[in-house]
Amino acid sequence: MKWFITPRELRRQGVLGMNRRNTHMIAALNPRSRYPLVDDKLRTKEVAIGAGIAVPELYGVIETNHDIRHLPTIVGGREDFVIKPAHGSGGNGILVITGRVGGQFRKASGLLEDLDGLKHHVSNILSGMYSLGGQPDRAMIEYRVRFDPLFGQVSFQGVPDIRTVVYRGYPAMAMVRLPTRASDGKANLHQGAVGAGIDIATGVTGHGVLHNGIVDRHPDTGAPLGGITIPDWGHLLELAAGCYELTGLGYLGVDVVLDRDLGPLILELNARPGLAVQIANGTGLLGNVESIDAQAAQTALGPAARVAFMRGLALRE
Amino acid sequence: MKRLHLPLLILLLTGISLGIFYHKVWNLGFPVLPAQTTDNWTVEARVAFESTGGALTARLFLPHEPPGFALLDEQFVSRGYGLATGMDADNRAATWTTRSPSGRQVLYYRASVYQLQRSLRTQPEYPGPAEAPDLDEPYRAAAEAIIDRVRARSADITSFATVLVRDMLSAADENMGLFLSQNTSERERVAVAIELLAGARIPARMAHGLQLTDRGRDLQPRTWLEVHNTREWVAINPNDGSVGYPDQFLVWWYGDGDLVELSRARNAQVSFAVSRNFQDAVDTAQQRAKLLNSRVMDFSLFGLPVQTQNMYRVLLMIPVGAMIIVLLRNVVGVQTFGTFMPVLIALSFRETELLGGVILFTLIVSLGLAIRFYLEHLKLLLVPRLAAVVSIVVMLMLALSILSHHMGIETGLAIALFPMVILAMTIERMSIVWEEHGAGDAIRQGIGSLMVAVAGYLLMINPYIEHLIFVFPELLLIVLAATLLLGRYTGYRLSELLRFRVLAGRSRP
Repeated sequence: MKWFITPRELRRQGVLGMNRRNTHMIAALNPRSRYPLVDDKLRTKEVAIGAGIAVPELYGVIETNHDIRHLPTIVGGREDFVIKPAHGSGGNGILVITGRVGGQFRKASGLLEDLDGLKHHVSNILSGMYSLGGQPDRAMIEYRVRFDPLFGQVSFQGVPDIRTVVYRGYPAMAMVRLPTRASDGKANLHQGAVGAGIDIATGVTGHGVLHNGIVDRHPDTGAPLGGITIPDWGHLLELAAGCYELTGLGYLGVDVVLDRDLGPLILELNARPGLAVQIANGTGLLGNVESIDAQAAQTALGPAARVAFMRGLALRE
Repeated sequence: MKRLHLPLLILLLTGISLGIFYHKVWNLGFPVLPAQTTDNWTVEARVAFESTGGALTARLFLPHEPPGFALLDEQFVSRGYGLATGMDADNRAATWTTRSPSGRQVLYYRASVYQLQRSLRTQPEYPGPAEAPDLDEPYRAAAEAIIDRVRARSADITSFATVLVRDMLSAADENMGLFLSQNTSERERVAVAIELLAGARIPARMAHGLQLTDRGRDLQPRTWLEVHNTREWVAINPNDGSVGYPDQFLVWWYGDGDLVELSRARNAQVSFAVSRNFQDAVDTAQQRAKLLNSRVMDFSLFGLPVQTQNMYRVLLMIPVGAMIIVLLRNVVGVQTFGTFMPVLIALSFRETELLGGVILFTLIVSLGLAIRFYLEHLKLLLVPRLAAVVSIVVMLMLALSILSHHMGIETGLAIALFPMVILAMTIERMSIVWEEHGAGDAIRQGIGSLMVAVAGYLLMINPYIEHLIFVFPELLLIVLAATLLLGRYTGYRLSELLRFRVLAGRSRP
């Protein structure tokens, strides 16, 4: 492997760079007025429920430090739940509780945390520690997804999710993000999670990307990343494509989790999805972007037709 | 139109900027390089005479729009005299008057002049062909013979004068001998040349001036010949016929009048003293701009109080530093803490020097980080924790200052100039990145910030750039244009060539 790639080669492969993403994708296609909808996960949840899109159940919201005393009531007798900031970014500030041991709570990492620890975490969320720009935030307590055993062999704790990049309503590229020991249960690539590309046509995973390098096996479990078929793939893509109508954002990252019992749930939306999906799929986004631009110029399609178009495109290639 | 909007704006900004820059450099002589000096000459005329009793008038010619020079400043030292200056035909004159002088009188006139690349002289209109002199024989015939001989060997008025002067200097034939003798003075020779030129209907006049030499004392004015070629007055060297004034020749007055004219006084003695002084080129340019009534100086930084000027000397460098940040972040792809934190750190490096600054910065941030990690255990709210970090940073700075003072390292004292709130925010952000993305990311971004700060510092202390921006603030428009241009850069970042390297050699499916 060479230690760098020439810009010419990047262009040939249609790789989207950070600068181009910021100007041609985010600035051009994502109206700023729509940001609050995706940046605030509470609002995303409300809108998604309104549109009949499946999301994890919300147990409660804490808005002020005074309300933190309600935390035990909200949690109630539940064995497991997730505390997350409404304005969090990059998966920061998400605390996953997988069970209880006596009076204490077991975190996804297996470490124990007492109630004061949870309260401090909520307080940090409220003070804006995890929010973009550090504004005061709200804490959400919601259903912990019991992930489908499909990815059991290729994830280390945490919840694997499927990131689909939706360009102008078309699912342009997708990958599954798998937590590792290093990512502390988070499915975020820059925190050390593994991403594996998914064939849009078939829903079968390919090789993975870890820290910008290509891997074929999960670093912790050693299981091969490729060859996993995601069930009901077409339905999942339609769910993701439908978020375009929901948000009006032309360049959107849709994070879906597969729940053992509930099927695909929209976990969160991202108005600034990153570029690693290209490494995971071993190719650039711009090829599909061009095809989508050409198609979108002709006719406006519904989510199902858009998914069909993309799958047909992927099959032809 | 929409596509052309930005390029046109960039062209406009660049055009305005370069236009003002050009005007200031070429027309006003603002120096492009720092610490440039210009040749300034101080010329002093000392006029001494003896009063013969009664109300006294002394008239001294003064330089007026001397070719090749700009008159920057002038002073008259004449206690007890009334002074009036005004034009007297081709010359400017100072007239001193007093009612009851006694004994020996001394008046001074002092001018400071600056050598120009071009002449500021306004050319008077062509005075018309000169009147032929009324000469007696044999002079008349001789003059005609000389004129015919010269005319045969010359092409135009200027070359006519040159050939004539050369003929006069060789003085071989008997015709010339009628006009000149062995001991004819320079001034008399010029007078003869003017008479002969008048015979050819060519207007000519005398010019008197000083050959400026540094620390010259008791300089005597020299006489030069000027002929009018129907467009302008052309100087002819009466000693070799060459055209033009020599370098550093300051024309003082024209015509055959005396430099000083006295009434009720006698024994006029005029002596000139010259000294050369080097003045800051910027000062000279300002004085010239004022002389030329240029609007540029109305908008100059130099009119501000010196303290404010010094502040702007630093502030004006911030856009340059900001452009470097844009370049490093969007084109190179260096990750930094905060967008403009490195510029502020770079500004404080100006006070601490580079090495000291880098060491102090690293020291404060790492000590602060250690304490911040301890604070994490106390589970504080965000704002109190930030406030605690600020307090700790201030105390750390104090401790380092005291310590370094005791150790005799004076740069340690300059640490107080670090922007402490920025440092505290850096520590806070670094600790969050450290916890969430790991030590590698935190240290990489920390080093990135420091490198950007060092790059910004090296650029901002560059004396050439600082001088350029301070003397020509309009160049900031070019910085702005470049920033706007970079704002449209959608190509790959250098760091992405590394990031996507695994894609090398793959074919597009």
